[in-house]
Amino acid sequence: MTLDPITLSVIRAGLEQACDEMDLTFSRAAFSPVISEANDRSDGIYDPVDGALIAQGSGGLPVFVGTMQYSTRVLIEMIEAGTVAAPRPGDVYIVNDPYLGGTHLMDVRFARPYFRKGALFCWLSNTGHWPDTGGAVPGGFSASATCAEQEGLRLPPVRLFKEGVMDAEIYAIICSNIRVADQRIGDVKAQAAALEAGAARLDALLDRYGDDVVQEAIAALRRRAADQMRACVADIPDGVYRGTAWIDSDGVVDTPLAIRLKVTCAVTTLSFDFTGSNAPCAGPMNSVRATTLSSVYLAMRHIFPDVPMSAGAFEPFEVIGLEGTFLDATYPRPVSGCAAEVSQRIAEAVFAAMVQALPDVVTAAPAGTSGNLALGGHDPARGRDFVMYQLSGGGYGGNARHDGLSNGCSTIGISKAPPVEIMEQAFPVLYHSYALREGSGGAGAQRGGFGLEYELELRRGTAQASFVMDHGRVGPQGALGGADGAVNEVVVRRDGKTHVPPHLSKEQDVPLRAGDRIHVRTPGGGGYGDPLTRDPELVAEDVRLQRYSRNEAEALFGVGLTGSPPVVDLVRTAELRRRDG
Amino acid sequence: MDDVQSRHVVGVDVGGTFTDLVQLDPKTGAIRLSKVASTLDNQAYGVLAALDAADCRLPQVDLIVHGTTTTTNAVLERNFSRTGLITTRGFRDVLELGRRTRPQPYGMTGEFTPVIPRDLRLEVPERMDARGEVVLPLDHAAVAAAGTALIASGCESVVIHFLHAYANPTHELEAAEVLRGLWPNDHITLGHALLSESREFERGVTAAVNAAVQPVLDRYISRLTGALSQKGYAGDLLVMNGNGGMVSSRHVASEAAKTVMSGPASGVMAAAYTGRLAGTPDLITYDMGGTSTDVALIRGAEPSVSNEIEIEYAMPIHVPMVDVRTVGAGGGSIARIDAAGLLRVGPESAGSDPGPICYGRGGTAPTLSDANLLLGRLDAAGLSAVEGGVPIEQIARVFEDQLGAPMGLDATGAAAAVVRMANTVMAGAIRMVSVSLGADPRDYALFAFGGAGPLHAAALARELSIPRVLVPARPGITNALGCVVADLRHDFVRTVNRAIPVLGKALSQVFAEQAAEGDRLIGDQAIDVTELRRLHSVDMQYAGQTHLVRVDVPDPNVDAKELLSRFEAAYFARFRIALEGIPAIVVNANTSVVGARKPVDLTALIAPEGRQAVVSELSRKQVFFDGAWYDTPVYWRDHLPLEAHITGPAIITQMDTTILLGPDDKAKGDHMGNIMLQIAPST
Repeated sequence: MTLDPITLSVIRAGLEQACDEMDLTFSRAAFSPVISEANDRSDGIYDPVDGALIAQGSGGLPVFVGTMQYSTRVLIEMIEAGTVAAPRPGDVYIVNDPYLGGTHLMDVRFARPYFRKGALFCWLSNTGHWPDTGGAVPGGFSASATCAEQEGLRLPPVRLFKEGVMDAEIYAIICSNIRVADQRIGDVKAQAAALEAGAARLDALLDRYGDDVVQEAIAALRRRAADQMRACVADIPDGVYRGTAWIDSDGVVDTPLAIRLKVTCAVTTLSFDFTGSNAPCAGPMNSVRATTLSSVYLAMRHIFPDVPMSAGAFEPFEVIGLEGTFLDATYPRPVSGCAAEVSQRIAEAVFAAMVQALPDVVTAAPAGTSGNLALGGHDPARGRDFVMYQLSGGGYGGNARHDGLSNGCSTIGISKAPPVEIMEQAFPVLYHSYALREGSGGAGAQRGGFGLEYELELRRGTAQASFVMDHGRVGPQGALGGADGAVNEVVVRRDGKTHVPPHLSKEQDVPLRAGDRIHVRTPGGGGYGDPLTRDPELVAEDVRLQRYSRNEAEALFGVGLTGSPPVVDLVRTAELRRRDG
Repeated sequence: MDDVQSRHVVGVDVGGTFTDLVQLDPKTGAIRLSKVASTLDNQAYGVLAALDAADCRLPQVDLIVHGTTTTTNAVLERNFSRTGLITTRGFRDVLELGRRTRPQPYGMTGEFTPVIPRDLRLEVPERMDARGEVVLPLDHAAVAAAGTALIASGCESVVIHFLHAYANPTHELEAAEVLRGLWPNDHITLGHALLSESREFERGVTAAVNAAVQPVLDRYISRLTGALSQKGYAGDLLVMNGNGGMVSSRHVASEAAKTVMSGPASGVMAAAYTGRLAGTPDLITYDMGGTSTDVALIRGAEPSVSNEIEIEYAMPIHVPMVDVRTVGAGGGSIARIDAAGLLRVGPESAGSDPGPICYGRGGTAPTLSDANLLLGRLDAAGLSAVEGGVPIEQIARVFEDQLGAPMGLDATGAAAAVVRMANTVMAGAIRMVSVSLGADPRDYALFAFGGAGPLHAAALARELSIPRVLVPARPGITNALGCVVADLRHDFVRTVNRAIPVLGKALSQVFAEQAAEGDRLIGDQAIDVTELRRLHSVDMQYAGQTHLVRVDVPDPNVDAKELLSRFEAAYFARFRIALEGIPAIVVNANTSVVGARKPVDLTALIAPEGRQAVVSELSRKQVFFDGAWYDTPVYWRDHLPLEAHITGPAIITQMDTTILLGPDDKAKGDHMGNIMLQIAPST
């Protein structure tokens, strides 16, 4: 049977809408603000035989693009091996084991078999970031964990719902091992309800077009997505492109970790070779294979956003050289940093390599850190403990057409940061500033975007601050002659003394008392192209807006300014640019 | 005084392309209509031309209600007046940093320009905390210095936006006092005044937009009222707000941001009004134009209102507005074959210039309108925007070459595919809008208006399993009609933030205060009101959630038990989830006070004298449906008997739109001139 392109297009839209509806239901019904506000979740439809991605919601968290198909594949393999119970209608499996196709423990996956006429037609699956899954620290981001058990409760695939009924015993085990367990029932029901909504949409789609037609369409769509990505790859000049990205440290041993990437483009395939990257590390900055692959895929999707998300789109890619590196960690290596930080460095390595091949499309490096500050303590005024997270954005990289955006979200996320007013309502802190970080954008013909600068004070009681950030040692890299963005900086002021984390961007449990302050400056984006070719008027505009100083205009861009408000001094500029050039 | 019988009410709406006018004589029910080209550089010219075209005698007009896109355009085109910001020290960049987002999930590029540039954002020492207690007193001298500096920089308007002013506005009020002493005009916007809710970015942008469009709106309204009074108009000019209510031109500029999106809102108000009279109070409105389609939900004849509209990327305007969602599909949507060899329609649009190929303005890309033309659904002669005729063969060739060849189809097949794909995209979008508002589209009727709405409505309804489509008498002037029938309306929101067990009398007290304030405001306007309606609702959640579920509260003195069961029912209806043992929280209390105006008789929208006694065909033509050409009758709507029955396939055409019935769809006219379609199920 060959389907006409119209039926194919209509079924593709139908599958995507089913996923969008799952995303919407999950976010709106969830309790965890990480899911409901930050959209740290994703829903998709997966192949019954190999778990391959059939369709995914357009608003799903980018880093889950690739992971759920591995997690579904592992589940299918375990069912076939008999190590996991076979699926029945109404079952929902729960799993968060990072080494079984996951990310970190907090990303909890649900998988629901979807049956038609008694046979398994596909899997519906979603991932949601739970606020806590037990372990040494609230929230799970321990900067100093050295094994998986310190990071939290690890669940193999088990059926949390059996033929539509939740297994209260399994649920009780989970609740006994995690913090703030009383609200989790809301997230569990939301996560299952999303899959239910997806099943209802699939019913309608299959009833309308027929099971055989939809099945044929799914296969055809996979082939076409592969063709489309191959067409994109064919436009990339054949050759070898290299990129390297650095992680400050693993949080335990103060040594930088390198991601070394060699991309080989041959006609319609791209090979991503990570040979030479560091060995697995002691601290939590390891990545698991599924997350590493997903990071490559999401970086490529940032480059080619028009290719629909389906397993076919990944077929032209080959990822090799992971064995023995920290990008393919196995049990019991700690991995809490993989989804938020290592994944972004992998994407940075991909951007750094690909910008050479596709200078008109790819950007210089974005800030690429989630800027995770956790503050846990006791609020005497309210008589209770609190845990607060501040996730921050940074500058994006300049690119062929534009300067980088300022204070953008992480590469792998799509979440909004909470307002200062909400943070101050909820926690005993006072922000003294929340400002654009001047001078932080990497200089370039198109400069990087600016990072964020904030200072907060603990108003009452005591607390412990933890940092899981990155880019403290080397700034986000510039491209094609552009300068690096400013590095991440953390300074703690305690009793009038200044403390800088020994690992710069990572530290666990820094004690604070009322009146102590934390000052964070997030990275700017990398610059794109030679800064001496930047339009001097744009440099003058940035100085008028106090984004750079006059000295920076001269030193970084070779632009002399005169008067107030500043205007370009053409003679001085020519002189500066001649000398620097 | 003039003869009482000749007092008229005029509704005039300025849209992107046309300025539409409805003049009503409430005594006789007589209606006059006019449609002229909009004059976007000064909309007043178009308004005056529309008045002339309808032969309005302004001394005999009692009331003019005006919908304007002045502020909407100012926002979308960034045509702002020079505006300064005075804010809390350390926080001047809030408007530029936003909420750390990017324009789309994939692609690390994009641009963002804040409403107020950085050099016009000045800081002063002051600080409140989250409980509204002073941490640092306001430095009055610094406010004066900042004000002076902004005046020197040429600012025409100014925003005072302090952290936590929703909790305690004292510092903003003090700063305003200082500024009033030196600012040369009234254009001073206080952050807490429009929106007294936490979230400094959203509140700040709302205030900044208000300030930035205030002088623009003020100038326009002064010009228009001046011109109207010169022509003898002695009444008050009322301006439509985005919440579907209206406000006197004397006060409109102070809350200018509320007029943003007023055009789409008045269309939805007209739909609600028509639906109520037609006995179809639950509607999904579907307004399809050239580049986009607006969709809104109406329950029980009340449009759904939102306080959290984002006009474009990182541009939230958080004042109550009719919740109109825009979908990037319209008559000008461009069809193309993507890299995977599949057909896509939109979101790229040929707009109105060059527009579809059939407009004859040099458009070369195949669009949805062109597809409709090829399928016999549109008449080239009937396109109001056509410049010069483009031979249909030429359009067919483009479809065949660009779309048909890659798909193995002829021009007709390609055109049918484009229409089908566009319907799939629009149906999906309508479904997502209704689902996100907790509604199942099958429980609603589709209300089709705008130039292209009635052409696609039957097919869309079929796609969505919506059983009925309501097409009003004059789909092309719905917004202007909204001006004539709109009620007075004031919306209030207050944060309550209490769990149900400890709610006590707090909720009923807020409802009572909000209702009293609404009554007072409506009493202040010199307009006859036949009935006051007070609508109460709450936004609720389970403790720990961030999203809200809206629950209607018919009785403002509702008790805790009743409120909880209403919330649980709404939650279950939306998510199929029942939760026990988690406290339910009332976050916001919403009150809308509606002053209903005298009902308007709409029968004369289509001149009664033109109607014939029996259904008679105007002509027949070949129209393509579902893979085959059908010999299809064409009817002129103005000639149809009021309660005509027609079975599809059929085309019912009129001055401002075309209604398309598929095979076996049934049309039935009602006594008010509406047509109701019964949609045949999909085969």
